[in-house]
Amino acid sequence: MTALTGNGAKPHIAVRDLTMAYGSFVLMRDMTFTINHSDVFIIMGGSGSGKSTLLRHLIGLNEPAQGNIFYEAQNFTTADPGQRQQILRTVGVLFQGGALWSAMTLAENIGLLLEEYTDLKPREIRDVASLKLALVGPKGFEDYYPAQISGGMQKRAGLARAMALDPGILFFDEPSAGLDPISARRLDQLILDLRDSLGSTVVVVTHDLASIFTIGNNSIYLDADARAITASGPPKELLEHSQDPKLHSFLTRGGT
Amino acid sequence: MNQVSVERVENDILLIRLAGRWQLRGGLAPSGAFERELQALPVVRRVAFDAQNLTHWDTSVLTLLTRVSDVARQRGISVDPDGLPPGIRQLLDLAQAVPEPVGARKEQRLPSLLERTGAGALGVVSSAKDMLAFLGNMTVTFIRLFGMKARYRASDLWLLIQQCGADALPIVTLISFLVGVILAFVGAVQLKQFGAQIYVANLVGVAMMREMGAMMTAILMAGRTGAAFAAQLGTMKVTQEIDAFATAGFSPLEFLVLPRVVALILMMPLLCLYADFVGIMGGAAIGVGMLDLSWTTYMQQTAHAVRLSDTVGGVFKSAVYGVLIALAGCLRGLQSGNSSSAVGDAATSAVVTGIVAIITACGVFAVVFYILGI
Repeated sequence: MTALTGNGAKPHIAVRDLTMAYGSFVLMRDMTFTINHSDVFIIMGGSGSGKSTLLRHLIGLNEPAQGNIFYEAQNFTTADPGQRQQILRTVGVLFQGGALWSAMTLAENIGLLLEEYTDLKPREIRDVASLKLALVGPKGFEDYYPAQISGGMQKRAGLARAMALDPGILFFDEPSAGLDPISARRLDQLILDLRDSLGSTVVVVTHDLASIFTIGNNSIYLDADARAITASGPPKELLEHSQDPKLHSFLTRGGT
Repeated sequence: MNQVSVERVENDILLIRLAGRWQLRGGLAPSGAFERELQALPVVRRVAFDAQNLTHWDTSVLTLLTRVSDVARQRGISVDPDGLPPGIRQLLDLAQAVPEPVGARKEQRLPSLLERTGAGALGVVSSAKDMLAFLGNMTVTFIRLFGMKARYRASDLWLLIQQCGADALPIVTLISFLVGVILAFVGAVQLKQFGAQIYVANLVGVAMMREMGAMMTAILMAGRTGAAFAAQLGTMKVTQEIDAFATAGFSPLEFLVLPRVVALILMMPLLCLYADFVGIMGGAAIGVGMLDLSWTTYMQQTAHAVRLSDTVGGVFKSAVYGVLIALAGCLRGLQSGNSSSAVGDAATSAVVTGIVAIITACGVFAVVFYILGI
């Protein structure tokens, strides 16, 4: 796979000729792109263009109608369930609403993964959970249930859970949705900090322009009408050089 | 009151005069007159407006105007909005700014009987397939449970056992006591004619042990716990908690469905035994209170009438009903769509599926027990 990128960057996730469909309705066709190690990769597009669906494909919640998804050199699409789980252990996902398990406290939410996939003792699990919460914000809220904290806090706790196993790839589905501008900015900063310090690859699904330009160093643009990727590259370069009027108007909030 | 009139000027211009107060509450003006006028001869080339006497307006006027301009556009007639107040012009532009995507509008037509029958039949096939796939997966999950490989949280199981065991006692007490009372009353009226009141004890005892204890508890739990399972899992689907389980490598079937099924398998027989006992107490209350039997006689008669196989049969049935209730609730919950009304539908469907399954199983048991002579 390395041959596919020219600049020496190591590909982490490679998507080849992916077609997404619901039954006979084709949402996007022939998507091919590569996410490199330590990228902050933005999947952008208007509402209903299939950004979140693409993310679901990348983490195996939806099956491709056609095409393949590779993690490193391993084909995720044709892998058996056991191999898939192996790959998914290197992945953390922050869902749109946090998707914390509501029957468990924040510490249990994070601890569940540690209990299952590490040999840590309960005391140590508790410490790791507290540390993860402290890293993203809700310090001291270990014994609260998700319903008892605010939406922004739930999102941060969701991120703590996504980071529980120190995954090499973090997926974010609309991280700034439902957050006030300041919290959204802090979350952006947090994403960058985590990438820099842990070296994780970050994939963000968003249509929030502020985030796109602040954190993204590579991106693809999904066009709902063309049902394909119509542009790819660093967002700032796309803004400067793109000839596509639709993309340009997306990146400038409809301005000129 | 809204006033509107149409007038021809210069032969090919249609002037629409709007006047008075236009309010949605006052009703919409009919647009039929314009459409007729637009089609009338001589050919209209332009539509103009006069709104000088329009004192108050809201979207009722816009509804009429968009209709008029849609018809005009279809016929190639130009619409001149200059005579309208600026606010209306702006909103009119807004309403027409976004072109309707081709094929976006839903077809508003009633499918024919044949079509609906076909769709219904295909639906039955696919839902049967889903159900079989679910049962197959659950069987595999249970095999893993017996191989000690299944992963679930023990604390979840204990909580569920409490929820569908101890927490259900009050309602089970009430219902089964009353069922005992009702059975005793029905029996008493008939048996009194022959002076055979004592056989009320047989009737209540056998009926509760063999059928009613298990069935009433099951129907109660289908409404109480089956619906709760469906609503819980449905909501977890809406909030993506189930997706989160799947990506974290926890099978929702092991993690969510298995403890629910196990909890009901364990608790249903206990609830059933308890219901049998309380039902007999209900019968005894009538026997002692109204039929002048003594406690001892009533209980002796009951002990005489009821065989161990009746009790064991009832308890066994209740365990099966427990599995059916839990599976129906969890299946419907996992199948739920992503909206609040879909979760409601899932809960309703869980109760219906649960009760249908219980009654069907009850029929099967009746035949099998008869053949086996139990």
